[in-house]
Amino acid sequence: MFKIREARKLAEKIFFMEVEAPRVAKACQPGEFVIVRMDERGERIPLTICDYNREEGTISIVFQTVGASTERMACLKAGESFADVTGPLGNPSDFVHEDIETLQSKKMLFIAGGVGTAPVYPQVKWLHEHGIKADVIIGAKTKDLLILTKEMAAVSNYLYVATDDGSYGFKGLVTQVLEDLVKNQHKQYDHCVVIGPMIMMKFACLMTKSLDIPTTVSLNPIMVDGTGMCGACRVTVDGEVKFACVDGPEFDGHLVDFDQAMQRQQMYKTEEGRAMLKVTEGDTHHGGCGQCGGEA
Amino acid sequence: MAVSMTRVPVREQEPLVRAKNFEEVCLGYSEEEAVAEAERCLHCAKPLCVQGCPVSINIPEFIQEVKNRDFKRAYDIINESSSLPAVCGRVCPQETQCEGKCILGKKGDPVSIGKLERFVADWASENGVAPAKTKEQRPERVAVIGSGPAGLTCAGDLAKMGYQVKIFEALHQAGGVLVYGIPQFRLPKDQVVAHEVENVKKLGVEIETDVVVGKSVTIDQLMDEEGFDAVFIGSGAGLPKFMGIPGEQANGVFSANEYLTRNNLMKAYLHYDTPIHAGSKVVVVGGGNVAMDAARTALRLGAETHIVYRRSEKELPARAEEVHHAKEEGIQFHLLNNPVEILVDDSGWVRGIRCIHMELGEPDESGRRSPVEIPGSEYEIEADTVIMSLGTSPNPLISSTTQGLDTDRRKCIVAEESNGATSRPGVFAGGDAVTGAATVILAMGAGKAAAAGIHEYLQKNKKH
Repeated sequence: MFKIREARKLAEKIFFMEVEAPRVAKACQPGEFVIVRMDERGERIPLTICDYNREEGTISIVFQTVGASTERMACLKAGESFADVTGPLGNPSDFVHEDIETLQSKKMLFIAGGVGTAPVYPQVKWLHEHGIKADVIIGAKTKDLLILTKEMAAVSNYLYVATDDGSYGFKGLVTQVLEDLVKNQHKQYDHCVVIGPMIMMKFACLMTKSLDIPTTVSLNPIMVDGTGMCGACRVTVDGEVKFACVDGPEFDGHLVDFDQAMQRQQMYKTEEGRAMLKVTEGDTHHGGCGQCGGEA
Repeated sequence: MAVSMTRVPVREQEPLVRAKNFEEVCLGYSEEEAVAEAERCLHCAKPLCVQGCPVSINIPEFIQEVKNRDFKRAYDIINESSSLPAVCGRVCPQETQCEGKCILGKKGDPVSIGKLERFVADWASENGVAPAKTKEQRPERVAVIGSGPAGLTCAGDLAKMGYQVKIFEALHQAGGVLVYGIPQFRLPKDQVVAHEVENVKKLGVEIETDVVVGKSVTIDQLMDEEGFDAVFIGSGAGLPKFMGIPGEQANGVFSANEYLTRNNLMKAYLHYDTPIHAGSKVVVVGGGNVAMDAARTALRLGAETHIVYRRSEKELPARAEEVHHAKEEGIQFHLLNNPVEILVDDSGWVRGIRCIHMELGEPDESGRRSPVEIPGSEYEIEADTVIMSLGTSPNPLISSTTQGLDTDRRKCIVAEESNGATSRPGVFAGGDAVTGAATVILAMGAGKAAAAGIHEYLQKNKKH
């Protein structure tokens, strides 16, 4: 069992948890992910590692409720446990292996969309700890859905925030901020990392391509085991089939077939929707957390 | 009394009944049936059946004890050689192993060794008979990676010798392919697999789940930091193969591994949270045991199910019993057919599969006649789900994170067949991680050989 030290709601449908997982905390690197399973009936859910504390043996995870399992997971409280936390899985971000001096001479830009801010955070933090200052753009639908802005501000060089409705920061999309930074403010970037909803990554990549900035994306397709066994997470990159779990999750954003990836993400929508209905109806409710179905 | 040339038939669920449930197909022998079948054994002086068994169970002796109705003694005899008798009695290809060598098979039915082994193992389970922890303990510690058939066997054998053994399993449940791959109707998970795993634990073996060796911890860390004196790699052949034909990325195309894992490990059929796209018209591509398992699972989930295989019936790699069961249940076989394209509808979902008829040409390197396309013979099968069951290749997670561990061109770990030794001193390997996808019993044989190899290594390199 993997005990939850802290659990809190960051924004509507977005939850933060610090979990005891000593092996993961010891081994993990920015860019990697874990698979969690809350209990016997739960799904295996891939989640990016938002932060880690090697001394304490804990990792932090952030997730958005999207289906039955995440909905139930959101009800977990500090002191309760996950049945399973496995990892770290996937490959660390490329820059982890790069020469620090070369890295220091690079201008890095991170673009985070919604809950994608969580996996961006450990990358920017890692760079910060290695004396590298990166710029960050965070985008969200509205002010209430922004997460980790304070934490990000503490480790980034410049932090730009955009909301679709203009309730906070720039009114518009992250791609507009990027375009403005490069074209009007004459910022130059050698590399861009984009993590967020598939559709946002697709359009951000189109923009960075037009601006000629090499771009990395982190994909979060459907997974079951997360160790290469099931092939559910296959994506087409540069015409080749890759497994996001063992070949990724980070890929060259200019080579990813986003349309196909988005289509594959829809695969279990109906089944998931059905399972979610069950949760709201309380049929499969075994957790003893009371009102969670009603909150959904 | 003359020996009957016909084996005692084993009771099975009726095909059309079992096609709608996940209960075990084969019901096994009753005590009287088992004793009657045991009576047929000639107790050969030079038993060929033992040679046919990859773990060399003393078959005539255990059958003799069944005749004597001393089932406890029969269990002990099997247990000397095998840690997983209830599994082997169910999923071993006996027809090509022990039973294939049985002298009675020359004129009639061979002794039903598999069903007798199963009877003895089930009797032991029902009567609370379990292997006991060895009294004499040795100080050396061995890490076993993977809790599938190879790992469980290796761990069980080493524990019986008194070693301190810990298994590291990547998934959340121990059993490997016995849990995620082979379905409930062929190998019940709670009564059989979990029970056998418990028996291995009773020998003193510890199991830590959720550890992906190569990622959570490396082999070097296990040896240098966690104090293991030797390591056995039984991580299996995990990565599913695809054909590389157009349409394979469409929604509704799955690897057999995914389909089976969702259903077996994640228990989609019991309506746990993990969904499965069961399909209403399913085409399974492939002819091995895994293909049969996937097809029969789809059938039980309510689909009309077809198997497409590029060679003829004779070349089907699946066990004869599985093919027979699949046909009885109503699965339609399209032999000498090969998919050339998966047809996709406007919303990105599978709508069918285009196949081409094949004929058999010259034998290929596997010794089987290779299938050749018949030009112009393409046709379409309507389907909403396609399951690819084309075999698997080893997972590179361990080989890519362990310096000095040699692999071959297929990325299989190179290990001595006789003792499992790899290119790294103290590191042994066996099962599908070495051979590529094979059978449960061959993996067990390799686990057994490696346990002996590890014992020899540890005795030679004694610290004390």
